[in-house]
Amino acid sequence: MSDMKRSRIEMKKISIEFPGVKALKEVDFVTESGVSHALIGANGAGKSTLMKVLSGAYNHYTGEIFIDGKPVNIRSPKDAKDLGIQIVYQEVDTALIPYLTVGENIMLDETVNDMGGKQFVNWKEIHRKSKEVLARLHVPVSTKKLASELSLAEKQMVLIARAISKECKYLILDEPTAPLSHAETEELFRIVRDLKQANVGVIFISHRLPELFEICDDITIMRDGEFVIKEKIGNLAQNQVVEYMLGKKMDQQFPEHNITLGEKCFEVKDFGDGTSVHDVNMYVRKGEVVGIGGLVGAGKTELCKALFGLSKVRTGVLTLNGKRLTYKTPHAAVKAGIALVPEERRKEGILVSESVTVNLTAVSLGKFTSLRTFLNSKKEREISRQMIASLGVKTPNEQVKVKNLSGGNQQKIAIGKWLVGDAEVYIFDEPTKGVDVGAKRDIFELISGLAAKGKCVIYASCEMSELLGITDRMYVLYDGQVVKELETSKTNEEEILFYSTGGK
Amino acid sequence: MSKGNSTQTARKFDFFDVLYKYGTLITIVILIAFFGIMSDGFLQGSNIINILRSISIVTIIAIGITISLSVDGFDLSVGSVASLANAVVISMFVWYGQNIVLGIIVAIAVSLIVGMLNSFAIVKLRIPDMLMTLAMMFIVQGIALTYTKGATVSENMVMPDGSFATGTISPLFAKLGQVPWIIIIMVVVVAIVHIFLNYTKHGRYMYVIGGNPEAAKLSGIAVNKYRVAAYLLSALFAAIGGIILASRVMTAEVNAGAPYLMDAVAAAFIGLSVLGSGKPNAIGTFVGAILIGVLQNGLVMMSVPYYAMDIVKGTVLALALALTYYKNKG
Repeated sequence: MSDMKRSRIEMKKISIEFPGVKALKEVDFVTESGVSHALIGANGAGKSTLMKVLSGAYNHYTGEIFIDGKPVNIRSPKDAKDLGIQIVYQEVDTALIPYLTVGENIMLDETVNDMGGKQFVNWKEIHRKSKEVLARLHVPVSTKKLASELSLAEKQMVLIARAISKECKYLILDEPTAPLSHAETEELFRIVRDLKQANVGVIFISHRLPELFEICDDITIMRDGEFVIKEKIGNLAQNQVVEYMLGKKMDQQFPEHNITLGEKCFEVKDFGDGTSVHDVNMYVRKGEVVGIGGLVGAGKTELCKALFGLSKVRTGVLTLNGKRLTYKTPHAAVKAGIALVPEERRKEGILVSESVTVNLTAVSLGKFTSLRTFLNSKKEREISRQMIASLGVKTPNEQVKVKNLSGGNQQKIAIGKWLVGDAEVYIFDEPTKGVDVGAKRDIFELISGLAAKGKCVIYASCEMSELLGITDRMYVLYDGQVVKELETSKTNEEEILFYSTGGK
Repeated sequence: MSKGNSTQTARKFDFFDVLYKYGTLITIVILIAFFGIMSDGFLQGSNIINILRSISIVTIIAIGITISLSVDGFDLSVGSVASLANAVVISMFVWYGQNIVLGIIVAIAVSLIVGMLNSFAIVKLRIPDMLMTLAMMFIVQGIALTYTKGATVSENMVMPDGSFATGTISPLFAKLGQVPWIIIIMVVVVAIVHIFLNYTKHGRYMYVIGGNPEAAKLSGIAVNKYRVAAYLLSALFAAIGGIILASRVMTAEVNAGAPYLMDAVAAAFIGLSVLGSGKPNAIGTFVGAILIGVLQNGLVMMSVPYYAMDIVKGTVLALALALTYYKNKG
């Protein structure tokens, strides 16, 4: 890293195929060390795949890779690492060993690969070296701490530390900011800038455009497994980037939504879950979409879950149409007419190994039974076909397993099951997370349609543009408390951010 | 970023796929053909009945395991529960001179208590199912032994005080363990559980819970209720297995149910791959039990010594598991 000579990496005509999918079609990608390079595209555009090729995760691609004009052969992660190419994947937990210390995790590659004939581990050396690396990043985490005790952001820092503990010319960050709070993101950006100073080339995959404009020098845009354009990021405007990603002009993303609001329907008084949420007061009128704003960690997810009967403790009073709600479990909450579309879709929202039909009817199976016991599968399939059509789910038929659908379509299923179920109050927790732009629009339309039918909708998101686009009113959470109620038509991103970050 | 494989419509002939779906059935057909050619008696009607009779207890117990597997649980205590039910039902007749109905009710009730303890420990105390039911297996085995004082319970047995037991086992009870009733009971159990798992909402909920308990909970399914029910049902079927066993041998030997555990586990796991369902299912379990029964019967007819039988059974189980898990990996 000491020689400041610019190094240059070139990927030429990279193609790769998976059973039934051509994931990359002759993609070209060029970047240099000392530069931060944004790689962007809608879901399924192939950006992660391209970076996996570069980091040696696949060996069955075609095309060539050059470093400083010399052809190199990257067919395994070791090949890539030997060339100084390191990657930090989005799912940090898959790369860390929870019951080892930070030091051991940082030096993992070394202890695995560079022990040679040595049989004993030199703990002093491990902690000394890892401390050095962390110091280089200015990350104040003890090397003796267990990885399982770290916050998400710290875990990411540890992985970055692992990446630069060895020779690192290129660092690939795959959606690093998705789970991070505002302050943590800033910290990450500082590290990226430092690395750039040290002549490391950072390749930055993200869905969040403003971020890329803040931190990146160059940008490469991909679409449907193909290269679209490479530019200096300063030469493009945000909406141009979106146009390139979509391959068409973006029409209005949020549906028109002009509804006469009914009376107060769902009311929350002095509500808390005993730990991360307290003293929440809010109400939702019939036909209203109410936003829950706030940064990551403000307690949005905890609030949504507690409202759905999922927390250990619940204090305060909930009423629906004037009737007090006393449910203690999700099972009872559903009976009372509450629906939750949870944040962690694959883990909590859908049944990946079941068919679309089973997923769509899971919450309202009683409707499809005779004698409240025996299933009428014909009726189930019929409803599910109707649902697929009305939600615009892209699936060959209703018997396909949900794991074979794309993220956006999975989310439509996660929402659709509650539409079959017919609830009164719909709670959405980050419903557009990991969903591409096209499907996002469909989801907004669904939500707006629910409100039009006179349902109460609660929409929790840390994306301020979404809150502004879809809601009528919003509550801003900070540190588990509602700090501000805002009228959507009279506010803007700055104001939301002001209150989200604790402004008063 | 997940690569949507939804466009994967190419229907090329996939050897492993066919093997996965039909492997067990093909194996059974091949085995029947092989044994049929090798030994004259194998394909006779009386032998077929014999095979069905021999698998009926295994099948009933395996059906219980299948239900526990359907909620992604596992019940290792079924063998011991069968022993206990066996001991209780016979002792009810022999020691206490009770009638059939009461004897069976008491045996089932005792087994359900075991099921309740299992589900309490697994659902409330969150002990991993395999470990808890392993512990329960020992406990119940010990209880059954203590209850019978380590002796075989039978008509006219010598009691500790030197007298003879006076109770008798009614011939009606003996009927349960004889052809055709034993086979009819097995088929009815398989049919009921098949309908339960596939055509009722309760069965659907169990599969949903087995697939993703978190999502099931967030869909408003009463997850814990169904998990409790699954262990109760598995204890119930173990009890029925034990009672049928009792009526077949008319005694309660020490640990009589234990040998059925491994065969039943094997049948349930072989059943996972039958017709490519990939899920625990009643018909698959039945087929798995048939496979084991055919093997066992055929090998006996070919004069393979009984002590070598476990080698073959274990190998078949390993192969069936290989099929299931190799497929799951892909």
